[in-house]
Amino acid sequence: MSKLSVDATGFSTYSRLLQNVLRLRRFTVGVTAVTQKESSGLWSDAWRRLKANRLAMFGLIFLAFEAAIAILTPWIAPHPFDVQSLENTFANPSMAHWLGTDALGRDVLSRLLFGSRISLMVGFLASMVSVIVGVVYGAVAGWFGGKIDSWMMRIVDVMYALPFIFLVIILMVYFGRDIRLLFLALGLTQWLTMARIARGQVLGLKRKEFVEAAVTVGVPTHRLLSRHIIPNAIGPVIVYLTLTVPAVILEEAFLSFLGLGVQPPHASWGSLISSGVEAMEIAPRLLIAPAIALSLTLFSLNFLGDGLRDALDPKGSTD
Amino acid sequence: MGLRWLLNRLVVTIPVFFTVVTAVFFMIRFAPGGPFDSEKELPPGVKENLAAKYHLDEPLYQQYLRYWGDLAHGDLGPSFKHANRTVNEIIAESLPVSAELGLLALFWAMLIGVSSGIVAALKRNTLWDYIPMSVSILGICLPTFVIGPLLVLAFAIGLDWLPVAGWESWEHRVLPSITLGFAYAAYLSRLTRGGMLEILSQDFIRTARAKGLSEARVVLHHALRGGLLPVISYLGPAIAGILTGALVTETIFHIPGLGRFFVESALNRDYTVVMGTALLYFALIFVCNMLVDVAYALLDPRVRYE
Repeated sequence: MSKLSVDATGFSTYSRLLQNVLRLRRFTVGVTAVTQKESSGLWSDAWRRLKANRLAMFGLIFLAFEAAIAILTPWIAPHPFDVQSLENTFANPSMAHWLGTDALGRDVLSRLLFGSRISLMVGFLASMVSVIVGVVYGAVAGWFGGKIDSWMMRIVDVMYALPFIFLVIILMVYFGRDIRLLFLALGLTQWLTMARIARGQVLGLKRKEFVEAAVTVGVPTHRLLSRHIIPNAIGPVIVYLTLTVPAVILEEAFLSFLGLGVQPPHASWGSLISSGVEAMEIAPRLLIAPAIALSLTLFSLNFLGDGLRDALDPKGSTD
Repeated sequence: MGLRWLLNRLVVTIPVFFTVVTAVFFMIRFAPGGPFDSEKELPPGVKENLAAKYHLDEPLYQQYLRYWGDLAHGDLGPSFKHANRTVNEIIAESLPVSAELGLLALFWAMLIGVSSGIVAALKRNTLWDYIPMSVSILGICLPTFVIGPLLVLAFAIGLDWLPVAGWESWEHRVLPSITLGFAYAAYLSRLTRGGMLEILSQDFIRTARAKGLSEARVVLHHALRGGLLPVISYLGPAIAGILTGALVTETIFHIPGLGRFFVESALNRDYTVVMGTALLYFALIFVCNMLVDVAYALLDPRVRYE
């Protein structure tokens, strides 16, 4: 397999990396094998295995809690995120300001809550963009096969070599720092692996009896893909999705840290960390609070992703 | 492993490069707000002179061809914001700084990552294994811009052992290179451990041990070559990541390198510098990836490029 992909493309560094780090090949095969048994059994089995994994459950609960807070932020935040109070800068934590105030006298806790909202929203929406683009692209390539497939996947291989984050920066420079553009651009940096996974799944499903039966009775292609192929190929896609979300959150934080992402007075974890760095000699909590929020979220997502992979891939060894 | 594979790969890259240059060129020309729409309103005469100086008055296709011509000579054009400086001069000044930082970080990462990975594999399920693997989870999950400031907070502000920022003496190089290399040390450690464990369980290692070779020779001579393959394949993405990570590290530590220049130009909308630097990054990443693939082919007899 590694030999084949090297011969075919030459740009295989990333796929090898992914095989090594994520052990992709294995869980893809495992999930296909399970799907054959019984479709409802897959999900209840997976849920049972996931529940047994403490770290993954911690991640899941933490993320659910965080998502709930992010949704409720406009109602529960103690202060608005952008009201300044120049006579009350760098105030220490108190009953009125649980985490104190920042360089402009704004409430740190409220900024953190609103910042989490933006970071999580970017992570979620950009991942959705990457799933939609990647799955459609991969499904089309896998379904049609032959020349179309080989050309479409060759384009993917070539694009693996592009350092996308630089293209995103260039986009943000030229078209202004619009947050909708940010969702789109970040989503478009992450769809390549998704396309590969979806293609592999579709190639496997294409030869299944129920698909052949659907083709025989004349189900139109778009319906076949949307009703029969994509729902059955979704397991590995979900696993990879939980790994895409932290990647996108990180990229957004990276851009915002550099001042190229979310623009003031709005904040995200990245820009909060960046202003925390400026103030860390006076008030280290301005740096530590968003750093903890970001780190806990990334840990949780990674643990959940690992747990889901193990839950959906019972055959994988536990090394 | 033949010349044909290299050529093939170059041929595939040409359309990509062409597309990138074209896209970026037109983005510059159609960007909202020209390069000279600055704070002060310039008199019309001055504006015309400036436009003529930078060839902005020529028809678009001519400018486009001119850009390619200049590029062919390795000339990336003048900076729009730094008067009297060319992009080439800026790169010549800042690239060595970034190269030093990047190589230092890569060196740390290889040294610590590979050696801790080998030890972890040999002493599996002991503290020698658990401690580096736990630390490496931190390194993989925490981004550069969290690790860097926390290191500064601890070692520069709290303990006052090392300077907060700057790039003069060796002391200035410690924190930035650790910040930049930490995540890669973590990955390399895990990859080395995994690779070594796989190799150490194979028959030829048992044969080597059975014929009475010393453990050191078995590990260093027989296992390491195969065990390091995943490490080599990771170096391509690692180099790309270190180049990107340098944007953050150089900003945190105020290091006058390429990354900080790129970020500053991006914030100032100094279009020519942004484009020149980005093209340089593309080229660097491409060349590094290619070198890594060549190294991979040389080390792994199963891989043959055609």
